[in-house]
Amino acid sequence: MVPLFPALCCSGLCINMTVHIIFLYMFYVLHRHSRARKYEAEVQMCRLEVSAVDFSDYHPLKAITVTDSKARRGGRKGSTSSSSSSSSSVVLDPLSSMLDGSDPLSLFAAVSQTPALPHSISLGRKRREKEEEVGSDFEPWSSKRGEILSRFTTTEKLSINLFMGSDKSKASSPSSAVSEKVRTRLEELDDLEEGSQRELLNLSQQDYVNRIEELNQSLKEAWGSDQKVKALKIVIQCSKLLSDTSVIQFYPSKFVLITDILDTFGGLVYDRIWSMCADPHPLPESFSADDVNDTAKETCLNWFFKIASIRELVPRLYVEAALLKCNRFLTKSGIQETLQRLTAMIRGIGDPLVAVYARAYLCRVGMEVAPHLKDSLNKNFFDLLATFRQIHGESVQNQLAQQRVEIPIYLTLYSPAIHWILQCVAYRAPEVLLTEMMDRCKKLGNNALLLNSVMWAFRAEFVAMRATDFIGMIKDCDEAGFPKHLLFASLGRSLSCADPPESERLSILNDAWKVITKVRSPRDYINCAEIWVEFTCRHFTKREVNTILADIIKHMTPDRAFEDAYPQLQSVIKKILPHFHDFSVLFSMEKFLPFLDMFQKDSVRVEVCKSIMEVFIKHQQEATRDPVILNALLHICKTMHDSVNALTLDDEKRSLSLLINGFIRMVSFGRDFEQQLSFCVEARATFCNLEPVIIHLIHTVNQLAMETRCVMKGNHSRKTAAFVRACAAYSFITIPSLTSIFNRLNLYLLSGEVALANQCLSQADAFLKAAVSLLPEVPRTISIEGKQRSSEPFLLDFINNFLSTLLVVPDHPEQGVLYLVRGLLNMVQDYTWEDNSDAKIRVYISALPLLAAMSQESYLYTIPKVDSNETLYGGDPKFIAEINKLCETLIGQVLDHLKGLGRDEGVRRQGSLAFSLFGCLLAHGDLRNNKLNQLAVNLWNLSHKHGFCDTRTSVRTLEYIKHQAQLADLSHLSDMTARLSLQSRT
Amino acid sequence: MSVSLDIRLKRANKVYHEGERVSGVLLVNSRDALQHQGVSLSLEGLVNLQLSSKSVGVFEAFYNSVKPIQLVSSNMEVVKPGKIPAGRTEIPFEFPLQAKGNKVLYETYHGVFVNIQYTLRCDMRRPLLAKDLSKTCEFMVHCQPQKSKLQPNPVEFSITPETLQNVRERSSLPRFLIRGHLDATSCAVTQPLTGELVLESSEVAIKSIELQLVRVETCGCAEGYARDATEIQNIQIAEGDVCRGLSIPIYMVFPRLFTCPTLETTNFKVEFEVNIVIILQDDHLITENFPLKLVRV
Repeated sequence: MVPLFPALCCSGLCINMTVHIIFLYMFYVLHRHSRARKYEAEVQMCRLEVSAVDFSDYHPLKAITVTDSKARRGGRKGSTSSSSSSSSSVVLDPLSSMLDGSDPLSLFAAVSQTPALPHSISLGRKRREKEEEVGSDFEPWSSKRGEILSRFTTTEKLSINLFMGSDKSKASSPSSAVSEKVRTRLEELDDLEEGSQRELLNLSQQDYVNRIEELNQSLKEAWGSDQKVKALKIVIQCSKLLSDTSVIQFYPSKFVLITDILDTFGGLVYDRIWSMCADPHPLPESFSADDVNDTAKETCLNWFFKIASIRELVPRLYVEAALLKCNRFLTKSGIQETLQRLTAMIRGIGDPLVAVYARAYLCRVGMEVAPHLKDSLNKNFFDLLATFRQIHGESVQNQLAQQRVEIPIYLTLYSPAIHWILQCVAYRAPEVLLTEMMDRCKKLGNNALLLNSVMWAFRAEFVAMRATDFIGMIKDCDEAGFPKHLLFASLGRSLSCADPPESERLSILNDAWKVITKVRSPRDYINCAEIWVEFTCRHFTKREVNTILADIIKHMTPDRAFEDAYPQLQSVIKKILPHFHDFSVLFSMEKFLPFLDMFQKDSVRVEVCKSIMEVFIKHQQEATRDPVILNALLHICKTMHDSVNALTLDDEKRSLSLLINGFIRMVSFGRDFEQQLSFCVEARATFCNLEPVIIHLIHTVNQLAMETRCVMKGNHSRKTAAFVRACAAYSFITIPSLTSIFNRLNLYLLSGEVALANQCLSQADAFLKAAVSLLPEVPRTISIEGKQRSSEPFLLDFINNFLSTLLVVPDHPEQGVLYLVRGLLNMVQDYTWEDNSDAKIRVYISALPLLAAMSQESYLYTIPKVDSNETLYGGDPKFIAEINKLCETLIGQVLDHLKGLGRDEGVRRQGSLAFSLFGCLLAHGDLRNNKLNQLAVNLWNLSHKHGFCDTRTSVRTLEYIKHQAQLADLSHLSDMTARLSLQSRT
Repeated sequence: MSVSLDIRLKRANKVYHEGERVSGVLLVNSRDALQHQGVSLSLEGLVNLQLSSKSVGVFEAFYNSVKPIQLVSSNMEVVKPGKIPAGRTEIPFEFPLQAKGNKVLYETYHGVFVNIQYTLRCDMRRPLLAKDLSKTCEFMVHCQPQKSKLQPNPVEFSITPETLQNVRERSSLPRFLIRGHLDATSCAVTQPLTGELVLESSEVAIKSIELQLVRVETCGCAEGYARDATEIQNIQIAEGDVCRGLSIPIYMVFPRLFTCPTLETTNFKVEFEVNIVIILQDDHLITENFPLKLVRV
């Protein structure tokens, strides 16, 4: 294709336009097209009136009524999110400090939190009372559930034995007079309805869980379809399973599953009776038995009579406990009496494991329904102590021998239940009671199990105060019974929450570690060691932590034991990090990096590296040049980077890049810019696969160049000039390795600007040229967030940006006048734009202001120490003529395009393009020139011809012109306004 | 079915005493207007006695069943023949509960050989081609609280191999000692049976300890009388080898309908007993029997 602009032989622009575009233009040589601008004066004129704004009391977002917001905030109990004002070290966010707590959004949130119910007063009070009894510091059952289910598993086969309906043995007794046939028929019916007896053998654990879930579902279905008796039967059968201790390792999980069903059932019954009383209006939250109507009471009584006749002890106990809450409907003291009775009833359960779980369930229900009734909780605990010797009884031993379960494993089955009971007992209990409980536990022989639960469940402060005592007691425990490492783990758990007296800390650590280090099994060892890391980090220095890390490495390396302990090892790292914000200390620990080397599974290693980097980014306040930190972190970042492969998800890449960028941002060699640059070189080599990191590096280097300029106050010495050229070279060779074309374009432009600012003219030329030659490669569509989008708007943005830079770029002495502008416009012309797109013409129109600006005597902006074209050409008429020619070509192109649009559907686009060209002429053209003036008027008319223009814009434009016309040197505009007619609004 | 007939008593628990009025509504739900030839309501209280085949011969049991004793009976026409409008119609009624002649209204009791039952029956006669509708509804009668005050007289017991009767080989019995007490053997029907039991020692593991509630029904007839003991319910109070020396609560709620105050009349008797049953691991069964006197207070 013939390049259009250098030739400028466009004599073929014959005027053959439609009626409206006659006399469009002629060639002028003498005058400039563009009007002369006095930028200074214009800026002065455009400036708004300055009004003093006192920032301390005015902010547009701030609420208008400012009534002592501090006090109000106190009253709302921290419902607002802004806590920033309290901590002085945090940088004040101007927005939030301005708003000072009365942030409109959180105000709404606060309002919606307060209950807007009519009877909210009593309700609110009640709720508060309840909160006082069971606060958020009480670890709820739901959080224990999952842990128990995952911990107590089995590979053995389980069985469910369900008797639905009447006992077969009774039904088959020949006493009844009904004929055999009828009876079997009836039984079949029974079968269909209730499933009758089912014995499911050889279930795997998962099958078992599924079955129980099915039962839960069928319970809800039965209830939903009004088969209350069937529902009760299901519940009874389920709770019967709890008296079965075959496959004893699974018992705790079984308990969890079945008590879920019981909870469901309890809820259903309670809600049903509740809804029976809701007839005129619902019962208040704090109703008493007097508010309940007779029908509801009778229903409730019926339930209790039915339950009281359940033959077997365990189901009767569980079902009654599940319905404990319903006692509220009958009497005031019902709950208390029932709790006491049920507590005593558990004594009848011979199997200690079944009994202890029954107690746990009772405590759980008790805490839920009536947390203020501590007596029965205590009674439960004391009963537990009284029957404690049962655990070592003969029948238990026989059972264990039969099932081939060892004593230590058996004992751990008790832990969840005893933990729970003790937790309930110890919750907000007075110190005296706790001490008494502990003494009682001490008196019992073989009390490791209890000791463990005491440490687990009692307040951490309580345990921490007596840590030395506890260690003594642990040492006295029987070696054969409860595993000691578990005891130390529990102690460590308490100590990681509360601090023991300072003088005892070291001896505690020594004593504990002496035992821990002797634990043989790597799994047990790491479980215990992991917990103690927290205590060590809290109270000791890097020396002790280092010792512990060394010990862990020693234990976990043989047989690659660490492979099975990644979660624990990871948690060790997570515990260490918050305590060592100073990374030079962290990395000076000899064993830290060897410890990291234990993470040999890729995914885990990356995970660990990420957590380290997150902490670093969060806590590193100042940039660093410490070689220890840099080496270590570079290693860590490299690990993260190396994990990237073709299958890595975009999100993952993004988060990794973010972390690495954070690291790069924190590296600073101060005034040693050269070292910084060489660091960037190294980083580029290391992180070549992560595009965002490369981009960040280019920005870093550009910034480096600008900082150098700053330091030299704009006057580069020979050395610094060489350095900034090196920076430019770095960018220039790095940019092509990026894949995203717009990143490349923008970085070329940016780096070009930086080079220009540093007086590296040839480098700047190279950057800009590279950008221009890259333009044809821009694809028509690009994918943004996974969607295909047209690249056109981005391209237009870029070109506009580029054009504005071109103003200050001086022409190359060996190339023609304005060769970059011409080059760009040629590229634009040759680019395959979308069909039916005006983008090319829009570029042409936006190039006009640039050309107008270039023809000024002094430019709108310049770069210090760089001579722009204004100085190079000094307003040479030849130069001006070149510009004019260029303008004419452009305008000619635009007009051709306009003409083409007039024919078919494009009239709307024609109008808008014509209007924008008009605007351009108005702003930048010298309208004293008659031809140009005429062209402008024609364009105005053209844009209004088909009535697609926005009338408001037209009116405002017209007003603007009139306003401008009042200025002295623009008075010619007033003639023009007369010729611009507005479209009639019909 | 487009027509339904129902009897709704005013009291939710359906319990009435002699001399009170049984009141409620008849509820007729009909989609269309309903033609009928009168709605009547009858109240009846019956004692049904049945001789068990064990005490008399099978044939006698079949033929000789004693005639039911009517305690109360009354009948009334609630609505004259006519039409009942479509939709829901409530017809209130009221019966005085008064014994017939010199009879006494016994408490409602559902047993095996003795049944005391009170029913309301509503009949709606309808013209040809339509089935007559009827509906029965049982209600409970409680006798007046007995004046005599309950004296709590705890009963201590202790069971050892020596205290047992009808044992075949006393020597083969394992050693054991069970002590305990019942808080009272004269109990209110509405209150649970309570007490305590301590397993002091036992050579053999315990399998289960149960409370068995037994009714003893006696029917008199021309040939003499028949007395039968049958189980009402069996409640387990201990399961497995329980802890030695720890008191286990004895607690049993008397089931409604199946228990009533101990009753003694000229024709029949209803009495109750409780058995404490201890089952050993080797399936030895040890039973201790306590007659109960139930009263209503």
